[in-house]
Amino acid sequence: MTSLPAVQPGQKKLGLVIDLDTCVGCHACVISCKEWNTGGYGAPLSDVDAYGAEPLGTFLNRIHTFEIDPSPSRCGGDPRGEADRIHAQVVHFPKSCLHCEDAPCVTVCPTGASYKRADDGIVLVNEDRCIGCGLCAWACPYGAREMDQAEGVMKKCTLCVDRIYNDNIPEAERVPSCVRTCPAGARHFGDLGDPDSDVSKLVAQRGGFDLMPEQGTKPVNKYLPPRPKSDIDRGQVSNQLPRTEAISATGFWKLVDDALSAIA
Amino acid sequence: MHPAPSIILFTTLSGLGFGFLFWLGVFGWNQADGFFRWLLAIMGGVLAAGGLSFSLGHLGHPERFLLAFSQWRSSWLSREGVAAVACLTLYAAWCAADLLLGLSLPVLGWIVAGLAIATVFTTSMIYTQLKTVPRWNHFGTPILFLAYANAGGGILYAAVVNSQLVWLAIPSWAAAVGGQIAWHILAATRPLSLAGTPETATGLGHLGTVRLFEKPHTGKNYLLSEMVFELGRKHAERVALLSRMFTILMPLALLVAAATTSHWWLTLSALISFSLGTLCSRWLFFAEAEHAVGLYYGRR
Repeated sequence: MTSLPAVQPGQKKLGLVIDLDTCVGCHACVISCKEWNTGGYGAPLSDVDAYGAEPLGTFLNRIHTFEIDPSPSRCGGDPRGEADRIHAQVVHFPKSCLHCEDAPCVTVCPTGASYKRADDGIVLVNEDRCIGCGLCAWACPYGAREMDQAEGVMKKCTLCVDRIYNDNIPEAERVPSCVRTCPAGARHFGDLGDPDSDVSKLVAQRGGFDLMPEQGTKPVNKYLPPRPKSDIDRGQVSNQLPRTEAISATGFWKLVDDALSAIA
Repeated sequence: MHPAPSIILFTTLSGLGFGFLFWLGVFGWNQADGFFRWLLAIMGGVLAAGGLSFSLGHLGHPERFLLAFSQWRSSWLSREGVAAVACLTLYAAWCAADLLLGLSLPVLGWIVAGLAIATVFTTSMIYTQLKTVPRWNHFGTPILFLAYANAGGGILYAAVVNSQLVWLAIPSWAAAVGGQIAWHILAATRPLSLAGTPETATGLGHLGTVRLFEKPHTGKNYLLSEMVFELGRKHAERVALLSRMFTILMPLALLVAAATTSHWWLTLSALISFSLGTLCSRWLFFAEAEHAVGLYYGRR
């Protein structure tokens, strides 16, 4: 059914929390995602002309990198980050399906292939029903869906549905592949419908936000902003090495210091 | 957006076909009888259904198209399929009653006309519903599609069924031209920033102005070729010029000549010109549309 499931109070909403402060932009999650999902749920993630002049491939997770010019932004008036508008910043930005509560990709689907699970909120594609019309990719503002060029069906993040409930793998592995791989701990997985879950607490503590809220999609995945760098900016932490003349020593090293100072 | 030939042909031809079914349903067969009435009945069906079949060219798995009739409760694309099949089925019944049994059923004709309008409307809603493409996401888009279908169908009807009705086809054509101009003015007030900005797309606007520093991939991908198709806009001005020539100037001259001399082939020439112009304007409809995902790529 491509109608969205009714939202119950206390609804389980599985999703990711992505920390833009700690992501180092290494793309390890991109590769581990591709590796797991090309052999997992549904058709493989194909590459076209992989070793040729114009390689093209299907990926469920992509890392963009943005630069931020601290001059006032087009958003204007946002009190957050007032102290941070001093230095330019570079932010690595992982992007995959946000498993939206009001997922437009689900309701536009003519066949019922695109659906949102009532029990955990994961948005999935039933590839046996997908006609490959591409309308769901048009409806998604985030670019979370890519048509597989070899298979002719729509591919998207499954939140590694074949890992998180998989009793055949050790419990520590039962998280999405990207989360398991991230060397910086920038990706967190959990139930965002439960206000007491670790991920919900993290979102509350760090001011987690939605992408493109004006689209009204109500994403489940949240992003954590870069931490303020204002201590350095305010001069509370010196960013210069101490001048060598000011360094003094005691005991034996004082003797050496005095002797060498006396030479010149 | 990528101006896929399959979708441009589909919307243009099926618009023309369902527009013709609308006129046929309302105004009937007029003088056409015998073999010619058979020919007209088949032509109407072939235009509408043939136009629809071009949309299959856009599918990764066209053999599964029957599944697309299942989600009419939520999906405009599914509703379009249902409306089109309902319209074509009743049209076939209406034609069969007339041609085989000699039964004239004007009420059924009106129902066919109503379903033809519904089909074109549902087609337009596939594009209108997308909040990701502000240029399409307004009430002007269904009006534009309906006006074009009505004009094309009217000119075709006047050309092959009843040349008297060229007097009604001319205002229909003028409404389509007016609709196109009004749509362009409206679309110009709907920039991509209504969908979002690089700042809201990343949620980092509180830190300053956001620009793409490094792309996520060095080559192309599906998203870029489908939704950030910049090549289409390179020749936009030239295509717009062609579109104006074929939809406005030439039909104007040909329709006025047809109305004064009542030569059916002048009306048919006007239709051919108008349809070529419609193809050009549909190309622009897609090529000039900007999708929100471009915000993540620093491109439109």
